[in-house]
Amino acid sequence: MRIPCPYCGERDSDEFVYRSDAAPSRPNPEAGQAAFHDYVYLRQNPAGKIREHWYHANGCRHWLVVERDTFTHIISNAVIAGEANP
Amino acid sequence: MSRYSIFSLARNALTGHRHWDRAWRDPPPKPHYDIIVVGGGGHGLATAHYLAKIHGISRVAVIEKGWLGGGNVGRNTTIIRANYLLDGNEPFYEWSLKLWEGLEQDLNYNAMVSQRGVLNLFHSDAERDAAARRGNAMLLHGSDAELLHRDAVRKLCPFLDFDNARFPIQGGLLQRRGGSARHDAVAWGFARAASARGVDILQNCEVLAFLRDAAGAIVGVETSRGSISANKVGIAVAGNSSRVAAMAGLRLPIESHVLQAFVSEGLKPIIPGVVTFGAAHFYISQSDKGGLVFGGDVDGYNSYAQRGNLPIVEDTCESAMALMPMVGRARILRSWGGIMDMSMDGSPIIDRSPIEGLYINAGWCYGGFKATPASGWCFAHLLATDRSHRVAEAFRLDRFMSGHILDEKGKGPQPNLH
Repeated sequence: MRIPCPYCGERDSDEFVYRSDAAPSRPNPEAGQAAFHDYVYLRQNPAGKIREHWYHANGCRHWLVVERDTFTHIISNAVIAGEANP
Repeated sequence: MSRYSIFSLARNALTGHRHWDRAWRDPPPKPHYDIIVVGGGGHGLATAHYLAKIHGISRVAVIEKGWLGGGNVGRNTTIIRANYLLDGNEPFYEWSLKLWEGLEQDLNYNAMVSQRGVLNLFHSDAERDAAARRGNAMLLHGSDAELLHRDAVRKLCPFLDFDNARFPIQGGLLQRRGGSARHDAVAWGFARAASARGVDILQNCEVLAFLRDAAGAIVGVETSRGSISANKVGIAVAGNSSRVAAMAGLRLPIESHVLQAFVSEGLKPIIPGVVTFGAAHFYISQSDKGGLVFGGDVDGYNSYAQRGNLPIVEDTCESAMALMPMVGRARILRSWGGIMDMSMDGSPIIDRSPIEGLYINAGWCYGGFKATPASGWCFAHLLATDRSHRVAEAFRLDRFMSGHILDEKGKGPQPNLH
């Protein structure tokens, strides 16, 4: 798998650290136990398209949001995390 | 269905092996069963067998979308062991090992269970202390464990790189009752035994949706071979648990990851048992055909692809070379991937779901194969009695909410690290 890093160009996925599904967002501190349980533990785990976080540890050290298919491993898009649409 | 024995073998040999019965029936689906088990892998078939044998419930169907044993039970590295640390885990795996020990007699099927020993190596003082602690925990739970020093390991496995510059071998934790089994035969043996007790095994029968009653309880499944009703539905579809649970509107604390495995060309017997490297994640054994069977880490990203990428191939082969340089000239014959239910704490789930009528057996991470008999035993107990079996009480679905996490490695809620 090669990831098209917006800063470094297409790089081997081995240079990146994987941080899973980008969908969960940290709840408000007052949101309660159920909301945090949901955020920390429960996952959609889709078979098909997923948006996920990859960290380019051995490169530009940007966090990326990568759009990838979990059936085919085909990567269709990669943007820098801060610039991604939520 | 006739029993397998030396006499049946001789009789069939004399008639050219043309008159063997089929190993299990291939019935059409009935409209209703007491219990439906979704997933015709090792765990699902074992569940059906023990439901029929221990609990006397034989109006059971096992529903499989592909062919029997075509998933992870046919894709693993066949290791059986009970070398866990935590209270919630070790009694379960020890029970599984006990069931392995009597499995072939129980099933009247040669599963080629071979207790050739599982040796976990350690390479530092800290690893030795951890191994001693784990060995003591195993002994306290009635399992077997031996802490071997370097010379004893050398006697057992003289071919290891004992004086590796980075990871010299200090010793190992040995479980002699561990070993390996023939993975396909486990699926076939459970299927044959369950079928003989009246369980219907329905292959090429994919679950498309769950049937619900007015109160929202699950009362059956819609399949590619028609709808089938049932009092209870259990899912045992590790690798695809999230997809099946999603049909019931559930999200699970699980990610699917691909784990690769490798087999070398056939060699003369060189590795006596299962050997694991303590400095990296690597395990190797030799099959009865002579192939070296080995594997390492998961690839580390969510996947349903049943094939992995090259960095892990390289990583696994580097570990092999660091541990036993003698394998460097052996050629890899095949490699493949299986999809693991990687749970958030590295431990499985055998529990009722929040939905009435739906029961979950999932989250087996790398460890599903050795757990097959006990997983089936405990899931059958849960389905039959609505209560967790004593040795599987810790495998609750709500432990992530209540904080009773069962994290053997202490890695936290990051599935690709377990």
